[in-house]
Amino acid sequence: MSTHSAASYLNASHGIASWLFTRDHKRIALLYLISLSLFFALGGMFAGAIRLELLTPKGNLMSDATYNKMFTLHGVVMIFFFLIPSVPAVLGNFLVPLMIGARDLAFPKLNLLSWYLYMAGALLAVTVAVTGGVDTGWTFYTPYSSTYSNTNVMATAAGAFIAGFSSILTGLNFIVTIHKMRAPGLTWFRLPLFIWAHYATALIQVLATPVVAIALLLVMLERGFGVGIFDPKLGGDPLLFQHLFWFYSHPAVYIMILPSMGVVSEIIAAFSRKRIFGYDFVAFSSLAIALLGFLVWGHHMFVSGQSMYAGLVFSVLSFLVAVPSAVKVFNWTATLYRGSISFDAPMLYALGFIGLFTIGGLTGLFLATLGVDVHVHDTYFVVAHFHYIMVGGALFGYLGGLHYWWPKLTGRLYPHTWARLAAAIIFLGFNLTFFPQFLLGYLGMPRRYHVYPEEFQVLNVFSTAGASVLGIGYLMPLIYLLWSLRSGAKADSNPWNAKGLEWQVSSPPPVHNFDQVPTVTEEAYAYAPADKGGS
Amino acid sequence: MPEPHGALAQQFEDLEQQHESATLGMWLFLITEIMFFGGLFAAYAVYRSTHPEAWHNGSRHLDVVMGGINTAVLISSSLTMALAVRAAQLSKKTALLANLALTIAFGAVFLGIKAIEYHHKLEAGLVPGRFFTYVGPDLDHLQLFFLFYFIMTGMHAFHMVVGLVVLAVLVVMTLKGRLLGDFYKPVELTGLYWHFVDVVWIFLFPLLYLIGRHG
Amino acid sequence: MSTHVASVRLLLTIFVMLLALTATTVAVAYFDFGRVNIVVALSIAAFKSALVVLYFMHVRYGSRLTWVFAGAGFLWLVLLLVFTFGDYLSRPWESVTAW
Repeated sequence: MSTHSAASYLNASHGIASWLFTRDHKRIALLYLISLSLFFALGGMFAGAIRLELLTPKGNLMSDATYNKMFTLHGVVMIFFFLIPSVPAVLGNFLVPLMIGARDLAFPKLNLLSWYLYMAGALLAVTVAVTGGVDTGWTFYTPYSSTYSNTNVMATAAGAFIAGFSSILTGLNFIVTIHKMRAPGLTWFRLPLFIWAHYATALIQVLATPVVAIALLLVMLERGFGVGIFDPKLGGDPLLFQHLFWFYSHPAVYIMILPSMGVVSEIIAAFSRKRIFGYDFVAFSSLAIALLGFLVWGHHMFVSGQSMYAGLVFSVLSFLVAVPSAVKVFNWTATLYRGSISFDAPMLYALGFIGLFTIGGLTGLFLATLGVDVHVHDTYFVVAHFHYIMVGGALFGYLGGLHYWWPKLTGRLYPHTWARLAAAIIFLGFNLTFFPQFLLGYLGMPRRYHVYPEEFQVLNVFSTAGASVLGIGYLMPLIYLLWSLRSGAKADSNPWNAKGLEWQVSSPPPVHNFDQVPTVTEEAYAYAPADKGGS
Repeated sequence: MPEPHGALAQQFEDLEQQHESATLGMWLFLITEIMFFGGLFAAYAVYRSTHPEAWHNGSRHLDVVMGGINTAVLISSSLTMALAVRAAQLSKKTALLANLALTIAFGAVFLGIKAIEYHHKLEAGLVPGRFFTYVGPDLDHLQLFFLFYFIMTGMHAFHMVVGLVVLAVLVVMTLKGRLLGDFYKPVELTGLYWHFVDVVWIFLFPLLYLIGRHG
Repeated sequence: MSTHVASVRLLLTIFVMLLALTATTVAVAYFDFGRVNIVVALSIAAFKSALVVLYFMHVRYGSRLTWVFAGAGFLWLVLLLVFTFGDYLSRPWESVTAW
């Protein structure tokens, strides 16, 4: 196999216009990678400010109003402009066509348009940081957001609204591509689990996102025209907003986690040299999570004044989500059993994912329990649970995937020792940051306050110390991955000796991926038992 | 590099794959539209169930004759749209042009009647916000009804305007001799969108205009 | 290729049916059936929509995939309505009215 074809997608054309007007899914993926990294850094800075303020019980660093803006901006940037697009927009964009043997996504122009929509939404929302901030929390609860807040809610909501269309277009593109453009012989049950996960994610993007769009639009109309859609004073019902908002925003959690689960399946198989145990179950569990994810939104509203009968139903259904989630965890674990495991950086992230997602998922069951939720609702217990899923789960999957496919994206290898070290530091820093928050929440520390009783300080100091470690951990990949672009060893087409069509093309891939459309004759992850991996 | 219209794009193997992908993509887009309007319908339904009286009264302020005529106009536009698709498939250029023009005309009539209705509501002081000068019982909830009336019909009208622009583009393309025979796909996709907008109105009409007629 | 050309006769039939149903729904609205009014209005609307979707939008002759996705759109709307109303309709059942 050729290691470097002269015309890879990176050097086929030059100049800024060849990037800004590209329709190549691989270049669009890199546009997303660059922009997402910037917004991740920005969201991380807001998080840093929050942790710094919480180092001491009193509000020494910023006022309560500033603190409200900090946690709102942290949430808005991280959720709408980093986590929602993260794996699908970067890795999905790059890999979905490669993995199914297609030359591009079905609608390349829509794909580019979705990046522009993302940028427009994100930049609009970020300008808010310097034009008065926003203090509603990322959830935009009414009537505070629609009537009372004096901050720049309009631009923030408009930013999230616009970015929503970007997400919809990505999902639409994936569904059509996966249905219509698979290579000959690539039946549904030969697809990599990454593709199944992205298919399930895309369904949620298409079905759920429009509802939050209309909810945000109603908030903007109410705020702009001073009418009362959700304001109880004018006959409206604020809970209605919460219903519409969580109809999207709970499934949105699965938009964030499902693609990472797909990444983990790929990594676990490649670094255990085994087919994923119970492939069919893992594939269908993605669809089951997507479906069940739509039926549980009311568990965000247990103490909101929602009918307790609705609460009971939502509680029971929330427990059911644990079943397909556990199917995945058990099957990954069973895949490891008697595998030839190598502990490269991607595998460290994948293993980290399994452990942290398990903690996040189990604490989710605590929260799905009505009685327990009344106790820990709106405390740091929820914050910790959420971050175990979103950082320990979604972000670990993203980082693992980035490390796994980096040689394919760039044609370069990064220093493995540094990468392993960074993965370990991120794992330690993450746990040091967020595990104390479980304890704080259980002890009763409410979220979203910038001051707290002195007895909570020790655990908060641990958490802030952990955040510093985590920050260093995040900086390391930034440095060595950028370094690898210029100085890293050149990667051959399949540095991990992995299965999958994406590893059959050169690194970086040629412009149209496949000179000849490949014909698939075997199942995914057809690793020979004795075939010990590379590296 | 602009490809000749209707030609095979490089990512597809053949025209059939390209056409099927386009149809599926359009249906997925319509699903997002269903959910988008669906959020509005859900909100409407919740408030109708919590404030039935206000909804009843609000509905009586609407003009059934104008609403009914508009329903017929929109259904007619759907017929001409369906005939346009047929004409494109059969490569009948004149019929295609005529039906596209008729569809645009019906759409414009619909929007014209809608504008007259809006104007009447403005004069009656029934536009929510600072123009709401109507005097009567339970004003907050009446205003809520009209809020939904304007948001739902306004969102519908916005979709019609977008549809009219697309139809105008189709007319220009037809004049240049495209869209006929194998290249009919854009007409069909526009038709799907246009019929969807019609379906939304089919629900809006009874929910807004008819619920307060009896009793 | 799934090119189905609808006959003019069929399209006109659907058109006439749609007009007739519109007239029916207006006429029926003036009779007081209590709670049944809304059911009748929505049933007629649903039937009209089905005609448009099946014949004008060619779903009747579409692939199975088109059926699945067209159906999924409406099913998900039903999910949104059912679970939202699950809350609103069961609120009066609570013995505690406020907390």
